[in-house]
Order: sequence, then structure tokens, then C-alpha cells
Amino acid sequence: MIETSGEEYSAQNAPPLTPEIAFAEGVRDAIANLQSSDLSLRYYAAWWLGKFRVSQPEAIDALITALEDEADRTELGGYPLRRNAARALGKLGNLKAVPSLIKCLECADFYVREAAAQSLAMLGDKTALPALIKLLDGGVDQAVQVPGLPHLTQPYTAVLEALGAMGATEAISLVQPFLNHPVPRLQCSAARAMYQLTQDSAYGELLVKTLVTGDLKMRRVVLGDLGAIGYLPAAAAIASAQVENSFKLIALKGLLEYQLPEQSDTFGISEQAIQVMNLMDSLL
Amino acid sequence: MDELIRAVTVAETPSQLVTAVKNLAAAKDPSAIPALIAVFGYNNPEAAIVAAAALTELGEIAVPQLLEQIDDYNYGARAYSIRTIAAIADPRALDILISTAKTDFAPSVRRAAIKGLGNLHWHQLEISEAETAINRVLEALLLICEDTDWSIRYAAVVGLQALAKVAIVQPPILAKFQLMLTNETEKAVRARVQLAYSQ
Repeated sequence: MIETSGEEYSAQNAPPLTPEIAFAEGVRDAIANLQSSDLSLRYYAAWWLGKFRVSQPEAIDALITALEDEADRTELGGYPLRRNAARALGKLGNLKAVPSLIKCLECADFYVREAAAQSLAMLGDKTALPALIKLLDGGVDQAVQVPGLPHLTQPYTAVLEALGAMGATEAISLVQPFLNHPVPRLQCSAARAMYQLTQDSAYGELLVKTLVTGDLKMRRVVLGDLGAIGYLPAAAAIASAQVENSFKLIALKGLLEYQLPEQSDTFGISEQAIQVMNLMDSLL
Repeated sequence: MDELIRAVTVAETPSQLVTAVKNLAAAKDPSAIPALIAVFGYNNPEAAIVAAAALTELGEIAVPQLLEQIDDYNYGARAYSIRTIAAIADPRALDILISTAKTDFAPSVRRAAIKGLGNLHWHQLEISEAETAINRVLEALLLICEDTDWSIRYAAVVGLQALAKVAIVQPPILAKFQLMLTNETEKAVRARVQLAYSQ
């Protein structure tokens, strides 16, 4: 009796991979690849785990280890793998990553600090607040361009947005001076955070004003800010802004979500929510 | 008329263009249709909005040329064409709206087509034709409710809500809404379903 070889078997008779099996193999490969000798595979694997929200403990642990990677360096001394690992950990929702991300706020690489601040904001763990606040040391005077590089000394935008999102009212006096920072983007981040920390509509109105006066790129950014803080009085200004409809829809979606109660299956729809939806309908 | 059309083509600044398009629009003359459609490709939103309003007012007479002159290579221009076609709501646009709603790569264009599908003037068709057309739209919109992009699903709900004015397709639409109230992952889309359901 002639047995079929393993090769023939797998080629002809094996069941096709289901998406679930293919995905499980992808997860396994990605976790393994974080240790690969090929640095580009490591870099890709860290991104992949975040992109596909792979939140199993092995992935978290491997990514936390990658935050201390020394192998992958850029010409300027940056840490590409650490950046991707920090970004991924923000998406995975596991607070185990918080202490290591806090450590990343002191990394020499600006982009690692930025990614860590953004991810800490997403994780929302208040133990990160002192370390985030520390990045504002020196205030507006220290917040200057690094010579020859396209960024400031610290990732101020990410820090201000994190403080606002995490409700760090103790930082109000440190955030407020950034309303007068010469970089318009930072003024907006400060206004956004100040609104979240005080609920004072004056800060929401600062953003609305920029929606009219800023250039196109700035207007898109401000739409993101207004959506993120759910500033309802901006609804009409958003709908009539000179920006592509896709950006306006996302901003109004942010406003709408603030009008809907947490418990999704039982929510009623308020008059305000209906008004926002009417505006969204008009932008389709 | 030739002079008004020429003014649009020779405009040198954005404000000259807007003024020229406004003058052309005010003439309300069908011979302006090709020039008005061409304005969609000039990358001047203010002028494009004036042209779209003028074409919508001209109505059905503009539809054949709007359908013929859709710009396959400029999605900004295409979005204005589709919006205008959707606003005129002439059911002759059915095929182009369905294929755009399903397969255009630009979400803004798809959303405009999806919304337009629900609002077509069915009474302009023979009864048997209308029934087939309505069922095709229903089928397309139900499929589009499964899209991965929340804004596309949102538009599909708006389209279905409008389509539900046709009594024969109301039951499957309400059934779909019920299902979405449970399965839809985006709060904003669920809220829009709830609004549609309550009307």
C-alpha cells in the first residue's frame, strides 16, 4: 500500500485555513517576531498587535519587554520599536503596561515620550499623572523648538490632551499658560484640556473661533478637538465649517456620543441628540 | 448665454469664478448645463455649491448630462455630481446611484449616493418598474448596512428611513432596524437607528 506523502496531504486534503486559524497563527507569529533577529519584523509585529487589538497576556508582556529594546535605533538615536510598542499598548487596554509606559516618559527619544503620553491617556490610569505633569516643567518658556528637529522639547500636545482627558484638575494652573503659547496647535490643545477640566464654555468658544480663523489643517485639528470634548454649542459651527464633510461627521459623532447615556440598550434620544443627527444627515 | 459661459471659463481668481458661476446660474438656461457641471472639477467649493444648486433647480432636464459627465478621475467633482443627482431624485439615476453606493472608493461619494437612493421619485416610474427598482434599492441598502465604515452604515440608515415611506418595504426595513439596535457596535449609528425607528 502506498501512503500519500505529507506534502500531498496538506496540499490537497487539508481543510482550508479558516480566518480564525489564520488569525491565531498571525498572533503567534507576531509575538514570536517581537524577538526576531530581523529588526523590521519586530517593528512590524509591534504595530500588528496594536492594529488587531491582540490583548492576550503574552502579547502584552512581549510588548512591555519591547519598551526597553536597545537593538532598533535610528541615525539620530531614536527607538522605532519602542515607539510602536508604546503605541500598541495604549490600544490594548491592559493597565499592566502603565509603569513601563511611565518610564518611557523619560526616554531620550521624543517620539517614544509622545507615544507613551498618548497611550497613558488612552489607558486613563491616574497614577501616570505626576509623570505627565513633570513633562510641563519649565512651563511655556521651556516649550520651544528643538534646533534642527521638527518638534518641541516635549510632546506638549499629547501631554495637555492626556491631562484633560484624565481630568487632572490639579494641573489647571500649569495647563492654562499654554493658551498663550505661540504655536496655534498648542493653544488648541490647551483650550481643549481647559474645557475638559473646567467645563467653562469660554474654552470651547476659543476652539470654535479657530474653526473660522485657522487654515485648513488647523480647522481639521480643531474639529477633532471639538469632537473629543463633545462641545455641543459648536454643532452648527462644525456643520458649516469650510472642511471636508468626513471630518465634520466625525466631530459631530463625538458630540452625539456625549449626548447618549452610557447604557446603550436603554437610551432615549434627547432633543439635542436629534439636532446633532439632523446636522449629520445634512452632511451625507 | 455664450458670454456668461465664457466668463466662467476665463475667470482668473476664485472670486471672479464664483461671480461668473452665480451669473450663469441666474440665467436658469438649460444650455448652461455642461458648463455648470464642469465647475465641479474646478476645486472651488463655493462655486461648486452654486453650480449644484442651479443644476438641482433645473431638475430632470439636467439629469442625462449629469449622468454622462460624471468625473471618474476626480472624486471631489464626482461627489458634487452625485449629490446633485440625489437632490433631483430622478429615478433614471438608479443604476449609477446603486453602483456608486456599493463600490465607489471615496466614502463621501458613497454616502451621498446612499442617502439619495432612499429619496428617489418612484412615482415617475411605471408601477411594475417602480416595484423592481424599490426592491433593488432595498437590497442594496440592507447590504450596505453591513459596511465596516460607521459613516456608511449611518448613511444607510438614513437611506432606509426615507425608503420606509414606501409601504411594501416597511416590514423588512423595520426588521433590519430592530436587528441593528442589538448588533450595531457604534453608539452613534444605533442612535440614528432609534431616531429612524421612532419616525
